[in-house]
Amino acid sequence: MSLLTKSAGEAAARETPARRRRRVDRLPYLLLLPCLLIIGVLLLWPLGQVVGMSFYKLDSVRQLRGDREWPWVGFHNYAQILGDPFFRTVLRNTVLFAAANVVLTMILGTLVGLLLNRLGKRMATFVASCVMLAWATPALTGTIVWKWIFDDTSGLVTWLFNKLPDGLSTALFGRSDWTGYGWFNDPLLFFSILTLVVVWHSFPFIAVSVLAGLKSVPSELQEAARVDGAGPWRVFWSVTFPTLRPVFGILVVLSTIWDFKVFTQQFVLAGGTQDRSTFMLSIYSYAEAFSPPPKYGLGAAIAVILTLILLVVTGVYVRMVLRQEDES
Amino acid sequence: MKKFALNGAGLLVALFAAFPVYWMIATSLKPNREIFSATPRPVPAEPTLEHYREILTGNLIPGVTFADFFLNSALVALATVLLSGLVALLAATAVARFRFRLRTTFLILLLVVQMIPLEALVIPLFLMIQRLGLYNTLPSLILTYLGFSLPFAVWMLRGFVAAVPKELEEAAAIDGASRAQTFRRILFPLVAPGLVATSIFSFITAWNELIFALTFINDQDRYTLPVAMTFFFGRDDTAWGSVMAASTLFTLPVIVFFLLVQRRMVSGLVAGAVKG
Repeated sequence: MSLLTKSAGEAAARETPARRRRRVDRLPYLLLLPCLLIIGVLLLWPLGQVVGMSFYKLDSVRQLRGDREWPWVGFHNYAQILGDPFFRTVLRNTVLFAAANVVLTMILGTLVGLLLNRLGKRMATFVASCVMLAWATPALTGTIVWKWIFDDTSGLVTWLFNKLPDGLSTALFGRSDWTGYGWFNDPLLFFSILTLVVVWHSFPFIAVSVLAGLKSVPSELQEAARVDGAGPWRVFWSVTFPTLRPVFGILVVLSTIWDFKVFTQQFVLAGGTQDRSTFMLSIYSYAEAFSPPPKYGLGAAIAVILTLILLVVTGVYVRMVLRQEDES
Repeated sequence: MKKFALNGAGLLVALFAAFPVYWMIATSLKPNREIFSATPRPVPAEPTLEHYREILTGNLIPGVTFADFFLNSALVALATVLLSGLVALLAATAVARFRFRLRTTFLILLLVVQMIPLEALVIPLFLMIQRLGLYNTLPSLILTYLGFSLPFAVWMLRGFVAAVPKELEEAAAIDGASRAQTFRRILFPLVAPGLVATSIFSFITAWNELIFALTFINDQDRYTLPVAMTFFFGRDDTAWGSVMAASTLFTLPVIVFFLLVQRRMVSGLVAGAVKG
């Protein structure tokens, strides 16, 4: 009897942890399953699919629906793009635009972050609230408002330039009447305004992140440096910047990724995809694929090139974040 | 003197950041003769709601009003929020509450997929939507936005789940509560505020999205608000009063929601960048 009880007890003791471990082991995977399915089907599969599509000649919706066959063309789409001088223009536009925007956003954002840290409490709250407004505004409506500000008849900027003394305006720009001036017609001017819009949208995130970083670092170091007679420039580069280096690293990478694939602002400011002179990679890919006549294969190849560029930047980002997680 | 310069700089920054938003609202309240006058007024002299009345009552195309587009957008965004919140909560619980072999792999996957340029997925997702027979339907957008909002939602929500003391659940388990009961009675109520914050981000993602909505929807009466705005207002027209009124109605919910949760945004994106 006692033997029986004991062995039964032993069996239970032997079995229960094993069973429990098995249950514990399976549950997290079950919880993850829907999420993994969605990520797999809606993000990873299409990512593979875009690579696949770039090797076919696809120029009708009926092919996509499966009513017509897909002719395999190998690397022909890539050869066609890379051999096209226009692609080089687009690539140059994209890289220069991203570089200019990252630099300007980082500089403005950092300055504003430092400023918010120095302002009195009420003033800082007021300025931060205003900065939040720019951040919260959707890309679409933010761009529409800037478009209105640069309107060629009643826009604020047109009015401002008309207000300039005629002599000065003529000497500087060669014209005194700005009514009807097409602010978006010259590519360089277009990209400058686009930069203004994108920087306006993205500097708040940098400012708030830098501020959060500053708040988490003891300010004694900076005060000590200041007491020792270091100027603001010196304090920033010798004390503030080194302590915030990880934050800056991540911010630069995130900004690079975002500014490389600007779409909405460009689309709205250009009023669609007709103006090829201001194309950048993401809108180029879209226009090739969807403006009639559709060329899905070619568009896919451009999208792959964009993705490859961003993959490199992402690699840097993931390594940074993982290093941070390890350290903390 | 130094204080004066700092405050001056602060005011300039505030002006640069907030002016476009102010100008949008101010223009929407001006009568046409003020909008198109040679000398712009900083403040509407005779504020009017005529532009709001115009877009809210007028038919943009026969039988379709601004409210219809608003409804389409709201429908898509709400469905996205519900689905993404539910799935993200399950996944976040798995990551925050369990140690399992593929946990780190999954976290890296979350980070990496957030970096996929969504613009590059328009073409393959268009193919998928065509094949599924979902072209020109709102569910095509719900599905797409679910995929886009999920990784960040899980990433953000896992912090909220991890913040709930484990002891509470253990105590409930000792008292004989099943796993499901513990989840429903203990974890869920405590994570609810985090779930709200996460939902707001999913909402904003879905509400603001333009490219996919532009590509997947063909019939004008199914347009979401962003597509309707580019279609009816974005083309070189000059009805700036109505455009600004529509923009204001589109923007205000986003700003309100955003201000409620922006703190989480910074901590979510630069997670762990500075040791606290």
